Amino acid sequence: MKLQYKSVEELVEAAIRSGKKISEIVLCEQAESLDKSEVEVYETMAASFQVMKRSVVEGMDENLRSASGLSGGAAAKMRKAVEEGRNHFGSLFGSAMSMALAVSEYNSCMGQIVAAPTAGSCGILPAALISVMTEKQIPERDIVMSLFTAAGVGMVIAKNASISGAEGGCQAECGSASAMAACALTEVLGGTPHMVCTSCAIALKNILGLVCDPVAGLVEVPCIKRNAMGVANAFTACELACAGITSAIPTEEVILAMKRIGDQMSSTLKETAEGGLAATPTGCRLCRQIFG
Amino acid sequence: MNVFDIVGPIMIGPSSSHTAGAARIGKMAALLMKEPIAKAEILLHGSFAKTYRGHGTDKALVGGILKMNPWDTRIRESLALARQRGMEVIFKTGEIENAHPNTARITLTGIHGQTAELTGSSVGGGNIVVTEIDGMEVYFTGQNPTLIVLHQDIPGVIAQVTTFVSKQRANICNFRLNRKEKGGLAIMSIEMDNPFAESLLSQIETLPYIIHTILLRVE
Repeated sequence: MKLQYKSVEELVEAAIRSGKKISEIVLCEQAESLDKSEVEVYETMAASFQVMKRSVVEGMDENLRSASGLSGGAAAKMRKAVEEGRNHFGSLFGSAMSMALAVSEYNSCMGQIVAAPTAGSCGILPAALISVMTEKQIPERDIVMSLFTAAGVGMVIAKNASISGAEGGCQAECGSASAMAACALTEVLGGTPHMVCTSCAIALKNILGLVCDPVAGLVEVPCIKRNAMGVANAFTACELACAGITSAIPTEEVILAMKRIGDQMSSTLKETAEGGLAATPTGCRLCRQIFG
Repeated sequence: MNVFDIVGPIMIGPSSSHTAGAARIGKMAALLMKEPIAKAEILLHGSFAKTYRGHGTDKALVGGILKMNPWDTRIRESLALARQRGMEVIFKTGEIENAHPNTARITLTGIHGQTAELTGSSVGGGNIVVTEIDGMEVYFTGQNPTLIVLHQDIPGVIAQVTTFVSKQRANICNFRLNRKEKGGLAIMSIEMDNPFAESLLSQIETLPYIIHTILLRVE
């Protein structure tokens, strides 16, 4: 098995040729290139999934607060609303939101998380997968496998564009995470490899141009809530793709558009905390409050 | 790049570029030292310079200098731990020419006077690139065992080192050489696919014109 991870289309074709899922061909190829057995590589991923699950639980603590005081406790509020039946869009959507907030807030509090693909976007993949796993009673093994699809697509994005907010803005972090989550969901919910590819395009298109403008330079405001949005966007992309809706712009061109947009973006909007929300009067005031 | 660079690493938040990558850069610098560290001077460039306090980049770099891995929960208390060990830590911000936005230059001084300087960039997702050691240009990611060989720029030196490496059945996947001037001091960075025993370094150092060797590995 040879894969270059040059395009999502390459993964789709390889999967169709071998009559397998994208996750299976990625696992097979990675085992070969890492010189390990498929079982070993799977187990390493399964261990990361355990850390994801733990971070969901730890992040639900209502007393959690970051060093800056800017964040903490939002996941607990969201979870309470779901438990009391006060949220409006069903328990799957509500619990997915609370999980994205939980992992992301735990990250802000210097908790142990799995970067997916980065720490700033670490809530999206676990929230999308764990909420769907729980709600639809999907075997954990299938969910861990879908992480290989997510990672395979993430490698393509990293090669052709960027997964770093400092290089490509938030679209490169939460956008990539959202696309990875959409692909994993689409596969695990029975979508074809072509649908997986389409869900990647849709998720990325919806988030193109999003800037990285963290208040006071901290991975808190607006990052934590953007993780919740990233899950919602992954659900959107998965729903559309699985309904058979296609993308007018092919996935590879969307990825290249993301790269170009990132290059054109002012450095004030790429993690330097000099533009966007960070430069608003309130953003500046919070920064002064925190750092004096 | 592999799947665990994308779904991973397991790390301490809040930022893969600013904490996980920073911890790795710090650890790389610490691995250059053969004696306990008395002082660490850290120059921060770009986004590192602007946001290091908020991201905990300072704690992550110092954690790395204390040889902690990016997932080590003690990173949160690294500044206090450094103080307890009597390590002086100085942070400065400034410009490093042609550097990636997230770059740090770490200068370490040992308790017996050894010094080492390393410049590294955090390039996203916790991955790093080391670009300079002791003022000389290098380029490696630290994901593979990396052999750093300081030597005299004399014909045949590269051949004898790579021959030695190949006799250990190690496959070289990246090789860089940089020298200050013709016939002067030169540095090889050799990344290998296979594990490389630390005990072999002393054998390389017995070869002619070799001044010093170091084996680096992220974790």
